[in-house]
This record gives sequence, structure tokens and C-alpha cells, in this order.
Amino acid sequence: MAPPEHRRQFKRPAISDQQRRRELSLQRQAQNRLDAQHRARCLASSALSFETAECEPECPEVELELGSENEGDGGVGSPHEEFDVRKASKLRGAQARKWFARQLILPEWMIDIPDRLSLEWYVFVRPSGNRCFVVSSNGITVSRLRNGSILHRFPSALPGGSRFRDSSGPAQTYSILDCIFHEADQTYYVIDMVCWRGYSLYDCTAEFRFFWINSKLAECGACEPPSQNHRYRFSPVTVYNCDHGGLIAAYTGPVPYAKDGLLFYNKQAHYQTGNTPLALVWKDDNCSQYVIDTDNKGNIPSKQHLVLELQDDLKVTTSDDPPVEILLHGQGLRSEVNRARAFADSYSKVIFQYTVRRSPLKMEDLLFSLSSGNDLENRPADVEMAGE
Amino acid sequence: MAMEITQALLSAQSADTKVRTEAEASLRQFQEQNLPVFLLSLSFELSNNGKPIESRRLAGIVLKNSLDAKDAGRKSALVQQWMAIDVAIKSQIKDLLVKTIGSTTQEAWHTSAQVIAKIASIEIPHKQWPELVGLLLNNMTQRDQPSSLKQATLETLGFVCEEISHEDLSQAEVNTILTAVVQGMNHAEHSPEVRLSATRALYNALNFAEANFNDENERNYIMKMVCEAAISKEADIRQAAFECLVSIASTYYKLLQPYMQTLYELTANAVKSDTEAVALQAVEFWSSICDEEIDLQEYENEETADSGAPHSRFVEQALPALVPMLLETLLKQEEDQDQDDTIWNISMAGGTCLGLVARTVGNPIVPLVMPFVEENITKADWHCREAATFAFGSILEGPTFEKIAPLVVAGLDFLLNLTKDENNHVRDTAAWTLGRIFELVHNPGLEMTIITSDNLPRIIRVLLESMKDSPNVAQKICGAIYYLAQGFEDVESGSSLLSPYLLDIMTSLMGTADRIDSGDSKLRSSAYETINEMIRCSNIAESSQIILQLLPVIMNKLSQTFNLQIVLSDEREKQSDLQASLCGVLQVIIQKLSGHDETKPLLIQCADQIMMLFLQVFACHSSSVHEEAMLAIGALAYATGADFLKYMNEFYKYLEKGLQNFEEYQVCSITVGVVGDICRALDDKILPYCDGIMELLLKDLQSDVLNRSVKPPIFSCFGDIALAIGGDFEKYAPHALQMMQRAAEVCAQMDADDEELMEYGYQLKRSIFEAYSGILQGFKETKAEFMLPYAPHLMQFVELVFKDRQRDEAVTKAVVAVIGDLADALGPDIKVLFKDRAFCLELLVECLQSDDEQLKETATWTQGMLGRIMVS
Repeated sequence: MAPPEHRRQFKRPAISDQQRRRELSLQRQAQNRLDAQHRARCLASSALSFETAECEPECPEVELELGSENEGDGGVGSPHEEFDVRKASKLRGAQARKWFARQLILPEWMIDIPDRLSLEWYVFVRPSGNRCFVVSSNGITVSRLRNGSILHRFPSALPGGSRFRDSSGPAQTYSILDCIFHEADQTYYVIDMVCWRGYSLYDCTAEFRFFWINSKLAECGACEPPSQNHRYRFSPVTVYNCDHGGLIAAYTGPVPYAKDGLLFYNKQAHYQTGNTPLALVWKDDNCSQYVIDTDNKGNIPSKQHLVLELQDDLKVTTSDDPPVEILLHGQGLRSEVNRARAFADSYSKVIFQYTVRRSPLKMEDLLFSLSSGNDLENRPADVEMAGE
Repeated sequence: MAMEITQALLSAQSADTKVRTEAEASLRQFQEQNLPVFLLSLSFELSNNGKPIESRRLAGIVLKNSLDAKDAGRKSALVQQWMAIDVAIKSQIKDLLVKTIGSTTQEAWHTSAQVIAKIASIEIPHKQWPELVGLLLNNMTQRDQPSSLKQATLETLGFVCEEISHEDLSQAEVNTILTAVVQGMNHAEHSPEVRLSATRALYNALNFAEANFNDENERNYIMKMVCEAAISKEADIRQAAFECLVSIASTYYKLLQPYMQTLYELTANAVKSDTEAVALQAVEFWSSICDEEIDLQEYENEETADSGAPHSRFVEQALPALVPMLLETLLKQEEDQDQDDTIWNISMAGGTCLGLVARTVGNPIVPLVMPFVEENITKADWHCREAATFAFGSILEGPTFEKIAPLVVAGLDFLLNLTKDENNHVRDTAAWTLGRIFELVHNPGLEMTIITSDNLPRIIRVLLESMKDSPNVAQKICGAIYYLAQGFEDVESGSSLLSPYLLDIMTSLMGTADRIDSGDSKLRSSAYETINEMIRCSNIAESSQIILQLLPVIMNKLSQTFNLQIVLSDEREKQSDLQASLCGVLQVIIQKLSGHDETKPLLIQCADQIMMLFLQVFACHSSSVHEEAMLAIGALAYATGADFLKYMNEFYKYLEKGLQNFEEYQVCSITVGVVGDICRALDDKILPYCDGIMELLLKDLQSDVLNRSVKPPIFSCFGDIALAIGGDFEKYAPHALQMMQRAAEVCAQMDADDEELMEYGYQLKRSIFEAYSGILQGFKETKAEFMLPYAPHLMQFVELVFKDRQRDEAVTKAVVAVIGDLADALGPDIKVLFKDRAFCLELLVECLQSDDEQLKETATWTQGMLGRIMVS
């Protein structure tokens, strides 16, 4: 008598794996498909604007000593080319350095107080140290300074950051963090997150990025003390809503690191590389050792130094996009060409440094702007959706 | 109007080939030229008592085959044909068939009953034959009708119930059918033939009887009649009655409590002393009860709160008597039962049931079984030793590890010795039990492990020795090694205890695969499958050398298959089977070696040769594309990446052939998957082949013949192609999108109560979203605006899927990703689409709260994409 179909296998487990092979193939294909779509998602959405490197060597920078007032004006736009992370990851050496150097958000210096500061902005204390771009992928973590040069290569608990942790996710996963390396406690303070496990956060709001830093960083173990597979500790910074209490807390509250000014981030702003008015830096002597630019010996020069770019048309401009032409006139102006400097100053830095030497924007001014309520009552028409 | 076809029907059964062929041709011609009259003529033939039985029989068969077919596509075509026939002719045919039920010729009414059921299955759901049930019941209620008419009528009712769904009948109709059927079982009133037909009809009607079973009086009456039938004098009636009880056990489990005492006694008696056919059903009754309770337990575990179905713990209550009853059956083995896989007897059924009982009750079974094991395992009679071993092997699953592991540790040595027993059955069962142990109790992740570096050498030695035993034992040993290897799969430390033995085991398995004393190819394929598992589960650092040695050996064996002498078709089949096994091994090797940076280059070196072999395998089989070779090529494409391009010209024709293989739908499905692999390997270099591929894929989707399970992979494949070729997909997109929209509408209309259909629905939904994702991402850079007109339809579909609260997680992942893709690709242009769609946010929140990291991250990405367009 033949066994009923569903009872048959008990003592006769036919080891036929064809079905299993089919299933494993399907699983592999599904995973590959997921990876491919995933890659398309994060690459396409993180296509970054990249100013072509070719023109750069021809752009010597001019270091100027400025003795008198100067004014800015609109400049000429430089050619843009779309460049994505996939291509960038193939760059090596000098090219790679140049590319990575362009990937950070560069806060403008606060020369006016933005409207609606208390509603639309965050504030946090900038740790003192080297700003860097930390990329974890393929089992290694690399930090690069603003000029693109490598600061550290090390294993870390970031996703894909060490070979010892075969954490979930596709092999080509990478994460990119915007950090400041704080020498004293050998810690990377994460001030922004650009990519996490291959997901691009370029197009996410600061609000979301900060939320993500807090939830993801601890989860992966990157905030743990250093170990063999995790050479440097990472730490988030405390971000406050820029209301009265938040600003005071940021300005006066204790932090585990040496302070270097306050950073203000607009909550809705995306991660826009290069200079942006939606992220601002402000310093005074209370919260920074580096308010006024110093020379190599740490002394404050008697005159303000500017670093500007000399364009092809012989105009001298700031690093802004579009560049701001600085009209050079007046006395006491001395210039020297210095090819070693990578970046020209931004217009806002020039102005901030100028005002710091004369009538700086003080904390009291900031606090006053919050309490004066000009955010709320004075501008009811200026709501966000008004343009629609 | 009917035509005379007696002669043609008789000639079609002639021994003379020429006569037969001509008759068949003329019948076919008739059928093609005038189907209605052809069917009418067949019915006339079948109903005519003056015609020879041979022509009537064939007429019935042809009629049946004109209404139903195994293949779903053909079946639906036949149904359409029948529905299109003129109503007057159809009713003539039906009248003739119903009349035939009253025939005194059993073969005629029996065939007619089947044909009526086929027509009923087409017409009753459309309420097109409302009088059928009344007509049939009329036969039962009129006095003085011959017994054969009642028998025929009951049989017809049974067939009709088997064909239709209970929703197709009103409760009143169900009631009258059940009354007629149950009355037909009445011992006092009816002949044994009528009662047998009635009992079998009841079996088919049980699914209709839910309302009746919920009524205590009716239920008592039905159960009384079934239990009486179960002790009837006639063995076939008893068997039919027990078949009813098996069905009742699973359909009406929750109502069984009052009858269990009786049912226990009935089944115990049947197991002990009835004929085997009846005893098997009695054991099956308990197996079904176990199935129900195991299901209930799993369900309870899943949702602790208010599980509606009560667990009556029948097995636990019956345990003290049930287990001895089952152990008794184990001693009734037949000689040679292990040599033939088609044998099913009381001892096998008993062992199977014992295994289910163990899974149902867990630990309490152990003290009831172990004394039997200990008492019998040393007896001189092999029946006792085998039964003891089988009993032990049967209870390994169910009890906790803590309970079973000490017994296994204590008994392992004994079991290993049993593999040397003088009796083949004992050795067979001992080998099987070892396999069960490795499958169920061997997991190095557990704190306590039964396999240690101390006992492993002896285990391996015994296994390798027993692999030389007779084929049935050797096959079980392969199974044991398979599970032994699997148990070491996830060894954390990196180094596997099994690694030192890898070479010896592989060598033995290769030798086993070459054995010629096995009647069929099962031992050989078991050996190869075991090799596959060894490779898959091995630690690459410790196994790569051995795998690299194995690779050329397997390649060589595959190339030898091309030289086999092929004359007979079964030789062709054997060649194909062997090639299947070898391609399977190659596939596993390709995947293993290409998965690691250190070994991938070594594999790539052989890629040309391997591909050449696969192409030769294809070339050997003109009729179809070899499935395993296709599967392996997918793995190779993944491994070689863009280099796969050089094989494309040669390979493309087989790809086309695979995509056109409607009959062997698995082949078609696998080929579709391979297209995806190639897309990812070649990226836009696949473009020159896309016209052909897309044309075939679109044809596949439109086919009524192709198994529906292939359709979801095709949609996913659209996404793969679009992602690979980007904007160049534009020329295919209108066609693909039309199909996707149509499939989305099919999803919307699916019957939510049909579980199997829902499962298919999930696959279909997921694949449609994957297609959209691929197209949106592929078009993003250059052609995004192309998708604008399609966005509203997609959003409707998203909403539909969102509203299905039971959707499975894979669908959720796909739907949340596609929302992000839509926003990513089309940007602020589709802002308006998201305006009134609060459900998107709800969906995001649901996903962000999930425990599934991947889902959370996808949702986060989508949130980012949505955020971007909403603030802009």
C-alpha cells in the first residue's frame, strides 16, 4: 500500500536539495537585487556637486593683508559637474584628497542674527580640534582632514568600519560622518552624519540627521571606549533648540571637550556641501580660544589677514559659491601669493573677523534677539509655506 | 441530431494500429468540427443500454476529458468551451447523463456519475444547473427504486460534493444531501453496496456539514452513523468510515470531546485486530489529531492572547494507552520494507504517529517509550531490535534538549554498534536514527553538545564504514553526514571540528556516488547532495584546498557524461539526472568560492571551462533547457560580473529557450532569475539582448498556460533590467507598465480567504513594487518625467496594499521603498500626490517602529526622500 503523501517522509527523508538550491538561489538573487536597488538609491541621491579639479592648479591663492574696509559683490559662477560617490570611491591619491576636501558642510560666520532663530535653529558647542570626514567601509575606517589628507586609518565599530565585525548589511555598505577630532581625549565628536549604512542623508533635514546620529551611533557600539577593534571613541554632541534656555545651556553648560565657538544649524537644511548660510559659526572669547585669527606663532597680527582666490579673470574672490569678488584698494594693502593654502576665506569670515576686531556680535545680542520676540509676533506673514 | 459513433469508438480501441489511428483521427475531426454535436453523440452513446460496453466506456472517458484536464490552462480552456455551447444541447446532454445513472450497467452509471460531477463543477457555481440536486435526491426518496440506482445516486452526490465548494450550495440543499447520504448508511435499510457508496459520499460531504456539525443533535446522529459503519461487517465500509473519522478529526477537532472515549476504543480495536487498510486509517486518525494539536500549540505560542480555538489535549489524555498501542505496531515490520520506498505499512504508520505524539506532548513521552527501547534493543529477534531503535529515533523531536540529550549521550555508543547489526533493517534504522540525532540534537551553539572531539573520530569511522553497507543503509548514512555537517555550519570560532575529516568524507562520498549496486539513482544523488552540504557548511579557510581539488574532478565527471551512449529514452533521463547532480555540485562550489575574496580569483580562472561545460549540457538536450545548469549559470554570472559578456552570444539562445519553456515552469522561472543575475553582472552591456528578452517576458506574462508562480519573478526581472539599462528601458516601459497595472488590479480583486492565493498575492505585490523601484531608479537620472503619468496609479496601489493589515513583511519593505523611489525620482512634481495621503505617514510610522532593522532603514530613507519633496 502506498503511503499517504503527507506522511511519507518520516523515515525516508529524501535528501534532495534541488528545491533548496532553487530557494538559496532565489535568496541570493533577492539579496543581490536588494543590494542593487539599495546602491541605486543611495548613489543616485547622493550625487554630489563637484567642482572639477582640473582648473584648481591654475588658481593660485593670494594672501592679503587688508588695512581698510572692503566690500563684496556678486562674482562669476564656476563650472559644476555632477559627481557621485561611486566615481569618487575610485579616485586615488591627490584626486581623492581634492574630492573629499569638498564634501563638508562649511558654516558661514554669523554676521547677522537670523530671523526665527528660536524656532528654526539648533545650537551646539563646537569641539575644538580638526574637522574631518570619517568614512567607514570595507572593514576599515578612514578620517580625512578638510584638505583631504588622511588623519587616521583605523578599525572602528562603525558599520563596515572594521574587519572583525561582520555586521549585517551588504558588503559595500559605507558610512560617512562629519566629525571633529579632539586631541585631548582622542575622541571623534560627530557633528553631522552624511551617510549611514549606505543610506544617504544628504537630502535629509538637520533635524532628522541629528536624531539619526543619536539613535544610530550608540547602537553600533561606536561610543564605547577604545578596544582592539575600535581604536577611537566616537561621541555625539549635545544639540539644543536655539531658544533662550538652549542657547544659555550651550554657551555656559559644561562639555567634556575644549570649546571652539557655537554652531547654529537650521533645522530644515539639508547637508549642503561647501559654504552655506544655513549653518553658522559664532565665537567669542568665552567659548573659544580662536576668535581672532592668529599667525603661525599664535599671535594676533596687528592687521586682519584674508585668504582669497585669484580667478582666471584676475579678479580676487572669496571661497563662496558664487565667489564674492573683493575689490582691493586703499592703503596698507600687502599681498603675497601662496600656493600652499587650500582654501580661500569666505565672505562671512572676512566680515566676522573684521567686526570682531571692532564691534563684535555679542552673546547678549543673541539673547536679546531671542527675548525681543522678533521671531514670533513681528513676522506673521513670513511663514514657511507662504510661497506655495 | 446526435451522430452514430459506435463504430469509431470501437475502432479507436482496436489492436490494429492503422484502424486505431484512423478512428482516432476521425473522432478528433468530428470533435474539432462540431464540438456540441460530438459531446451530444458521446452522451447518447454512454446512455444507450443497447450499445456495447466498450464503446460506452470510451464515450464516457472522452466526455470527461472534454470537460476537465490536470493542466490548469487547458482546464480553463475546456471550461470556456463548455460554457459556450448552446443551452439546449447542454441540457440534452445533461438529461442523458442523469438518465444513465439509472442504468443497470455499473460501468455506465459510474462513468456518468463522474461526468455529471465535472459538469456540476462548471455549472453549479454559476447557478446553471439548479435542478441537479433535486433530481438526484428524488432517486433516493422514491420507494421501490432498485438498489443500484441508490448506489449510483449516492456515488454521484459524492463526486459532485468533491468537485464543488460548499459556498455553491444553499444550506437547505446541504441539509437534504446530508440527510440522504446519512440515511443511505443505515444498516437496517440498505444493501452493503449502497452503504459503501453512502459512506464514501459522506467523506466528500463532510466539508459541507459545518452547520450540521454545530448542531448537537445532527452531530450526534452523524457520528453515530459513522461509528456504526466503522464496525460494520464489510471491511471496505469500515475503511471508508475510518476515512471519514480521519477527516472529522481535522475538520471538527474542537467538537470531538464527547466522542473521544468511543473513538479511542474504535481505533484501538482497529489497530489491534482489523485488516491493515482499516488499521492504517485508525492510526491516521491519531496522526491527524496530533497534527491539529501541534498546530494549535504553534498558534498559541504565536499569539498568546485570546486564541479562539480550544486545545482539548486529547493526545495527552490518551497517552498512557496510546503509546503502548503504537509501540505494538512497531513490531509488525515486513521483510524488505526498507528496500522499497513505496511500501507503507502499520509499523511505519505507527512509528510516524509516535513521532507526532512526541512532538505533541514533549517530555512525558520519554518514560513511556524508554522501557520499550531498553527491553527490546538487545533481543535476539531483529523485529524487537529494529522496533526499539525506531521508537527511540521517533521520539527525538518534541522533548526538550535537556531531557533527550543525556539519553542520546548514553545511547550513542550502542547506536553506533547497531550499525554493525547482522540485520539490514536494524542497520537501516540505526543509520536513520543517527541522522535524526544529528539533525535534532546536534548544535554546537548549545551549552551542552553531544558531539565532542572525543567521540567524533569514532562517529566518523562508523559513518564511513557504513557508507559501504547496502544502498538503503548507505543512503541513510549520507543523510546522517548531511545533518552532521549542517550542525557545524555556524561555528563561531571559525574552525570546524569536522574540518580534519573533510577530505576522507568527501572521498568516501565521491566513491559512493560511483557505486553501481544501487538500483536507482537515489544513493548517488544523496551522496552528491551531501557533498554540497559539506561544502556549503565548511569553513572556507579550512576547506578551500579540498574544494579546489574537487572542482576539476566534478568538471571531468560532467564532461564524461557527454560521451555516454544514449539510445533509450531512460538512458537520456539518467544522463540528465547525473548532469543535474554534477551541475548542482558546481553551483555550490561556484557560490562558495566566489563568496570569499581569497578564493574568488581561483574560481574565475576556471570560469571559461565551467561555462563551456554548461553550454555542452544544454546542447545535449534538444527538447528542453537543463534546469540545474541554468541555476548554476546564474551563480557563475554573479561570480564573474561584467566578464560574463563574453559568454552571452553563445548562451543567449538557451536563455531564450528557457524563457519559452511553459511546460516545465520551474525552468522558466529559474531562467527569469538568471536574467536578473545577468543584468546585475553586465549592467548596460545587456542592452543588445533586451529586445529579445523583453519580448519573451511579456509573452510569458500573457500566457494562460504558464504556471502563475513564474509571473512575480518576471515583474521583479523588469526592475532588474530597468535598473541595468536605465533610460534605455523607455521603449519597453509602456508595455511593462501596462502589465504591472493590470497585475495590480488582479491583486485588488483577490479573494482574501484563500490562503494559497494570498501567498501568491504577496509575491505578486512585492514583485510589482520591485519592478516600479527598478524603473524609477533606472529612469531617475534621465527619464524620470516619463513616470509622472504612472504615479497616481502606483499610489492607488500603494494605498490598497497599505490597507491590507495582514500584508507580509517583504511586501511592506517593497512598498515603503517604492514610495521613497517615487519621491526620489520625481521630486516635488508629485508633491500633490502625497498631499492627501496620510496613510504614507502611517505606513512610515509603522515601519519605523518595526524590529526589523532593514525595514527601519528603508523607511528612514523614504522619510528622507519625502521630507525633501515636502519642504521644497
